[in-house]
Amino acid sequence: MIGTGISVNSITARRRHPLARVAVVALALGLLGGGYALAAPNGSTADAAIASGKADDAAEGKSLFVAHCASCHGLNAEGTNKAPTLIGVGAAAVDFQVSSGRMPAADAGPQAPRKPRPDWATDQAIDQLSAYVQSLGGGPTRPTEEQVNPALGDPAKGGELFRANCIQCHNFVGAGGALTYGKYAPPLNPATPTQIYEAMVTGPQAMPVFNDSTITPEQKRDMIAYITHVRSQVDPGGSGLGRIGPVTEGLVAWVVGLSLLILASIWITAKKRRAQA
Amino acid sequence: MNAPPKAITGPSTFLDDRLGAGNFLKRNLRKVFPDHWSFLLGEIALYSFVILLLTGTFLTFWFKPSMGEVNYLGNYAPLYDVRMSEAYASSLHISFDVRGGLLVRQMHHWAALLFVAGMTAHALRIFFTGAYRKPRELNWLIGVGLLTLALLEGLTGYSLPDDLLSGAGLRITQGVAQSIPIVGTYISFFLFGGEYPGHDVIPRFYTIHILLIPGILLALISAHMILMWVQKHTQMPGKARTEKNVVGAPFYPAFMAKSGAFFLFTFGVIALLGTFAQINPIWLFGPYNPANISAGSQPDWYMGFLEGALRLMPAWEINFLGHTVTFSVLIPALVPMGIIMTGLALYPFLEQWVTGDRREHHVCDRPRNNPHRTSIGISAITFYGILWLLGANDEISANFHIDLYTTTWFGRFAVFIGPAIAYWITYRTCIGLQRKDAEVLSHGVESGVIKRMPNGQYIEVHTPPAEDIAEHIRGKKEIPVLTGSADGDGIPPKGARSAIGRLRTRMSEAYGTDHVPLTDGHHNGHHEEEPAAVGAGERKELH
Repeated sequence: MIGTGISVNSITARRRHPLARVAVVALALGLLGGGYALAAPNGSTADAAIASGKADDAAEGKSLFVAHCASCHGLNAEGTNKAPTLIGVGAAAVDFQVSSGRMPAADAGPQAPRKPRPDWATDQAIDQLSAYVQSLGGGPTRPTEEQVNPALGDPAKGGELFRANCIQCHNFVGAGGALTYGKYAPPLNPATPTQIYEAMVTGPQAMPVFNDSTITPEQKRDMIAYITHVRSQVDPGGSGLGRIGPVTEGLVAWVVGLSLLILASIWITAKKRRAQA
Repeated sequence: MNAPPKAITGPSTFLDDRLGAGNFLKRNLRKVFPDHWSFLLGEIALYSFVILLLTGTFLTFWFKPSMGEVNYLGNYAPLYDVRMSEAYASSLHISFDVRGGLLVRQMHHWAALLFVAGMTAHALRIFFTGAYRKPRELNWLIGVGLLTLALLEGLTGYSLPDDLLSGAGLRITQGVAQSIPIVGTYISFFLFGGEYPGHDVIPRFYTIHILLIPGILLALISAHMILMWVQKHTQMPGKARTEKNVVGAPFYPAFMAKSGAFFLFTFGVIALLGTFAQINPIWLFGPYNPANISAGSQPDWYMGFLEGALRLMPAWEINFLGHTVTFSVLIPALVPMGIIMTGLALYPFLEQWVTGDRREHHVCDRPRNNPHRTSIGISAITFYGILWLLGANDEISANFHIDLYTTTWFGRFAVFIGPAIAYWITYRTCIGLQRKDAEVLSHGVESGVIKRMPNGQYIEVHTPPAEDIAEHIRGKKEIPVLTGSADGDGIPPKGARSAIGRLRTRMSEAYGTDHVPLTDGHHNGHHEEEPAAVGAGERKELH
């Protein structure tokens, strides 16, 4: 059919297209599912109502703790054989673990992965939970906005500290790396400046603690400045290929480079001289 | 036809009278080159080398091969005022402050990866088609030398920018040097001019990288090309192709145009990669500091198999008469390299010894027609490939969520079991393909026409294969076998009486026995091209 506008004929033709039935079923399913998701009762509203109560944060935090954490960490955060005690881990640890979705843990793997937060874990709920755990035995507190503001740090100085302390696990741009027994150093790209700071002071999971006498708060801010600067930088050389170094480069050299050249050689060899006219 | 103008005839006669150039060109411009896509694999390496020379020369204009320390004051902010070597600072300068510098740097690196990849693919083509056989064994040895030198050239180039990643490679190099018993420490002190890393290694590597190895490479590549030219290129079996002719297009104009176009293709692909794919982002690695190391530190791909061997090797160190012998470094550094390179170099001679084949070969084997050779080659690729893969085991572990030690243990077993499985699968595949060939010749190809016989039976009509396909299949040549059986008096031949002799004849029988002889009832008049006539007399080119 030749023509630029959509004619009645073309609509008819599309209706009879072999894939038309599939498209109609997909559309119907999509509408039904989407409608249900919008209309269904949302569990988070009830929790949010509790969280916005007038009682003081630590008390609210305790009820959140009992509801969401106590099954593994014990009713009084004393720890069980499934999970360690939370007395003395501090508000920074709670904020890091819950805001990055690592806690509550989904399953007992070698390491809890970063995942989307559950619906109840609003910023306010995390505040309350943190206040409760902080009240149990102190520990590292959460950093102020100023302590983690990348604009106030020196990325070049931070880079030197980053290379000396972080990259042996997290890779030279924080792309992450493997550790033993199924553990891993996660990529730093999704971490907020606050989370990076908190990870350093609390040493979550396989990570060691970098306390303020090892790396001062100003130095931590410099490191945050370097990490956020480098991860937001546009790769000047083209596609960054995952920024993991020569492994992907070698893959591209063989799969893209050599394949293109072999295709070229096949094409060139297939060209034969035409018979003399 | 018009006579050429005097402006051309004058100077060309002048040159011709003094250099004999006309005669030389007349002979060589008509040189015939056979056509097959796989014959261009070596040209990928050749043209990548040309691009390496061009881009490398550009880089030398700004690169400072010095380990003197400076504070970086260039344009890349996250390293501003950081203490680093002049080599690294000048590499950053090339990347951020020289117009086109980053593009040329990236093209240089991509060309290096493709140089070695092209050489590897070319060597595999030569191996699997048996093109290394007499009279081309010496050219094969030159090729093995070129491949070894290319690895060294890559290693020295990788170390020059003095970034953190190149320093990690340098440190492993030093570890390997130190692991050599007795002389290791001396070699390390000699190479680095004292304690590691010292101040000498970058200037020394620079000389090696831009002068010494490229000079040898250039000389060997010239020898490689001249020998190929003089001995003529091998050709695939096919219609009218014999051991005494070369069927193809003349160098001028056909092959020259194709080859020139292929240079431009190579240049284009490397320029595309250099433009769109970032390689070796040294500014992200930071300056080298022996105290720092990054996760995911890897060598370029061609060193990956050594990296993998190092990662698979269990910790094993002994003390022998007061000398520490570190097998956990010595074995992975030397044994895989030794197996691959020595194996490549010796294969033509081992094959000759086993088959007793002293004939000249100018027609390639199809890989299926020498199943044991093909299986040995695929086994070697599997061995290399598993080591290569496991050189990236940390990235595999991190990105595919596999326990790191699981990958290590997998590799420790796979590196031995994998080649054996590959050998068996390849051998069976070759035999199967030979059977298919024999069937095509004896029964023809399925025509798709179903015929009903008067008695109700249905048969599919087979037609004889197309002539070019049939001739391609008939190009199969028997592999000579040494006879070790006893003669009429029950005495085996002299060479086959010792233990080695008996082993040799057994291997020869296994290697050469043709399990699927072509039964070609309609074969007419092709026997005069068979090996009986090989080796004697002058070869003549078809023009």
